[in-house]
Amino acid sequence: MAEHIVTKKQYSFVFGALLLLTFVTTAVGMMDLGRLNVVVALVIAVIKAMLVVLFFMHIYWSTKLTRVVVVSGLAWLALLLWLTLTDVLSRGWLGFPGK
Amino acid sequence: MANHSLALRHQFDDVEQQKDASTLGMWLFLATEVLFFGGMFCCYTVYRSAYPAAFGQASNHLNLILGAVSTAILIISSFTMACAVNSAATGAKNALVAFLSLTILFAAAFLVIEMSEWRMLYQEGLMPGFNFTYKEIDPAHVQLFFCMYFSMTGLHASHVTIGIVILTVMAIRAWRGAFSPAYYTPIEISGLYWHFVDLVWIFLFPLYYLIARHLQG
Repeated sequence: MAEHIVTKKQYSFVFGALLLLTFVTTAVGMMDLGRLNVVVALVIAVIKAMLVVLFFMHIYWSTKLTRVVVVSGLAWLALLLWLTLTDVLSRGWLGFPGK
Repeated sequence: MANHSLALRHQFDDVEQQKDASTLGMWLFLATEVLFFGGMFCCYTVYRSAYPAAFGQASNHLNLILGAVSTAILIISSFTMACAVNSAATGAKNALVAFLSLTILFAAAFLVIEMSEWRMLYQEGLMPGFNFTYKEIDPAHVQLFFCMYFSMTGLHASHVTIGIVILTVMAIRAWRGAFSPAYYTPIEISGLYWHFVDLVWIFLFPLYYLIARHLQG
């Protein structure tokens, strides 16, 4: 990794964006958007997480090898969620409505 | 140790490679942490999709203001941690110690708020295993919600506590002059850990506090 020092000013922008998004997600949480509520909440959470990972955790400036580890960690998480949900949601073991 | 901290261990070609190896190792650890918490988030997803009404009911018993304030406090602590890494990289020793202390302070404030929320839930009879007296709609699955809430926020709080210990050690080492612009890898690695703690809360907050606010009368 070429030595890269992120300035306090750059960090301040990210910090401002994170606080703003926290406010937005709380405000939107109060509005009734039906099924979209959970979608909006998760999209905002993912954007916040990306800001933290890319800039606070320096992945934006990191080596390719480190990025591979980050992406594979997320890929394994996706596998965990995806395969568990396809199984659980299709078998009707739990009291799912309509099953 | 401080005198030897600049020394290159014999298995590395240069200082940069040594630092890259530390960063990579920390990210590998964080990948295991993603799956550690991921298992609980997966469990949460399954039960929430099975019992959406009970989860919504239960969620509205959490204190939204406390949840939002503690989210903001953790974000502030992540920012002060990032500033600590910047201070270490530029060799500003006093600023480094100050920013690490601020981060510890905000971490402690987060824990105080969380414990006060737990105490309120205990008093309301919403703490499974200790005091659970909820008798309204679907108490069994409301209890399930609170089991998951206390497990996940508890696991997160234990990470915050470990973070406070790590950052305290770092602040003491920084105070003694162990770090310089040429060597501050431990500060950077501790920073990665601290930001991860913030990351987990970024998902816990909407998934526990914001599920069904829009359905509240």
